[in-house]
Amino acid sequence: MSNNVWIIAEQKEGKLKKVSFELLGIGKKLAEKTGGSLSALLLGQQIDKLTEKLDGYGASKIFVCDSEILANYSNEGYTKAIVDLVKAHNPAILLGGATASGRDLFPRVAARLETGLASDCVGLEINNEGLLVAERPLFAGKVLVDTLIPEARPQMACLRPNVLPVPERGSEKAEIEKVAVELQPQDLKATIKEMVKTAGEKIDLTEASVIVSGGRGMASKENFKILEELAAAFGEGAAVGASRSAVDSDFAPHDTQVGQTGKVVNPNLYIACGISGSIQHLAGMRTSKYIVAINKDPEAPIFQVADYGIVDDLFKIVPLFTEEVKKLKAQD
Amino acid sequence: MDIIVCMKQVPDTESRIKVNPEGTGIVTEGIKYVMNPYDEYAVEEALKIKEKFGGTVTIVCLGPDRATEAIRTALAMGTDEAVHLNDPAFEGSDSFTSAKILAGAMKDMKYDLILTGKQAVDFDCSQVFGCLAELLDLPYVSVVVGLEISSDGKTTTARRETEGGMEEVIETPLPAVIAAQKGLNEPRYASLPGIMKAKKKEIKKIDSAALGLNADEVGEKGSKLKTKNFRLPPERQAGKKIEGEPAETAAELAKLLREEAKLI
Repeated sequence: MSNNVWIIAEQKEGKLKKVSFELLGIGKKLAEKTGGSLSALLLGQQIDKLTEKLDGYGASKIFVCDSEILANYSNEGYTKAIVDLVKAHNPAILLGGATASGRDLFPRVAARLETGLASDCVGLEINNEGLLVAERPLFAGKVLVDTLIPEARPQMACLRPNVLPVPERGSEKAEIEKVAVELQPQDLKATIKEMVKTAGEKIDLTEASVIVSGGRGMASKENFKILEELAAAFGEGAAVGASRSAVDSDFAPHDTQVGQTGKVVNPNLYIACGISGSIQHLAGMRTSKYIVAINKDPEAPIFQVADYGIVDDLFKIVPLFTEEVKKLKAQD
Repeated sequence: MDIIVCMKQVPDTESRIKVNPEGTGIVTEGIKYVMNPYDEYAVEEALKIKEKFGGTVTIVCLGPDRATEAIRTALAMGTDEAVHLNDPAFEGSDSFTSAKILAGAMKDMKYDLILTGKQAVDFDCSQVFGCLAELLDLPYVSVVVGLEISSDGKTTTARRETEGGMEEVIETPLPAVIAAQKGLNEPRYASLPGIMKAKKKEIKKIDSAALGLNADEVGEKGSKLKTKNFRLPPERQAGKKIEGEPAETAAELAKLLREEAKLI
């Protein structure tokens, strides 16, 4: 068994996900502690040109699995490619991103390797015994725990995106190893028929740097327009979220729900408009770097976690605030 | 069509969670337990499919004695049978080990489809669906917001929510494991006759011996992933209340976000 650390560099449609660089950053630190090397694993089709983008972040080797069958993500295809490689090289640690694909993929990989997996981690380190310690939230963040995999290998964890920094880039180059993928179309029982866009081009809440969120106080679906305008004023990286009661009242689509039965988010800025702040909602957004609350009710629990609070009618404040944001943005 | 629904009982999402002084777990006293919300969608979908295709819906639940209540709820919604995997030795099982126990129970069961929630809202691991499918050598689709079964009952087409408003449409042969996401359907409430009927239904109890598993292969001992040091996250402090007329407070907020928080 090696001391080596592997990360899965995730790409979608030829673009590397940001979490891939966050993984390289933490992977390098972990490898320094274990005394092993850091390698990245890249899967897809026609992805050669992506390898140089991964250079300079501490990986000494990049394994490239390039195959038509890996063009689209599938848990069966990706599991086979990853498990074959892991079995051939025995890394001590295998990390990936807790993205839509990662969360789908890693349970199968871990089960096939008969090892443990720490889901959706927010911190990773090596303890005195050389074991990976993964910090992860339970109950959508109401509780934190540490997890360890003392015996089974590799020690697997998937990292929540946007928690750890993207490291500074150096100049070193990684060695590229092309891996033959032994996969046939009939190896995949589940087949992807199409990708459907259900809404306009929008950034996922878990990747957004600014979230403007509406609650029951929004009163209608149409009123969410003012939140969209505010998000638009912040520009790229901003998205609109909603509380459970807003989603259950059909004011907003369910994939925008923030909270324990929705998405757990950690943007730089979370603006809660007409959200009272129930326990399950707070669990989903309490790790936001800055929280702003706009609510008529001065007793709303959201104010207890807000860095900045305005007790007033959101329908008055939000449009005015949008104009202020536009003004400041225009100065830049 | 015979359908299995894997269901877990979890603390209600409105629960305030406390950690025990030793940091080995949460304080369970005073917690209201409910059916895992995502499993409600799985139960509802199973009932809808049964209404269309006939067959049976069997609940398989891994959990302690208290989980009987959630099983009764599922029976009251209209499911036919229930298997309760209940053994003190099972406690503390990680996802892989839980899947191993579930798969052990399913070995002798007949099924065309396995439905479950995309994650349990207690430990939030979101792994059992995938580990279970792997152990049973089945395909799976997770985070499913739409499900169609072909008229011959041999394949299913699932819409899987991914990121940024995108969905994948995935076709799989049956049997398969489907992990439900909010949006799949609107779970029904149990009817009064349903509740009365559910009270009388037999719940089949299975322990580790019945599955041929040794006590050290399950529970905390048998788990690959060890969970330690339960703690509460640091409290967030309430910050500044901005007061004044709307035009003033809106301008002040923008200014603070620019100057203090450096976010604009």
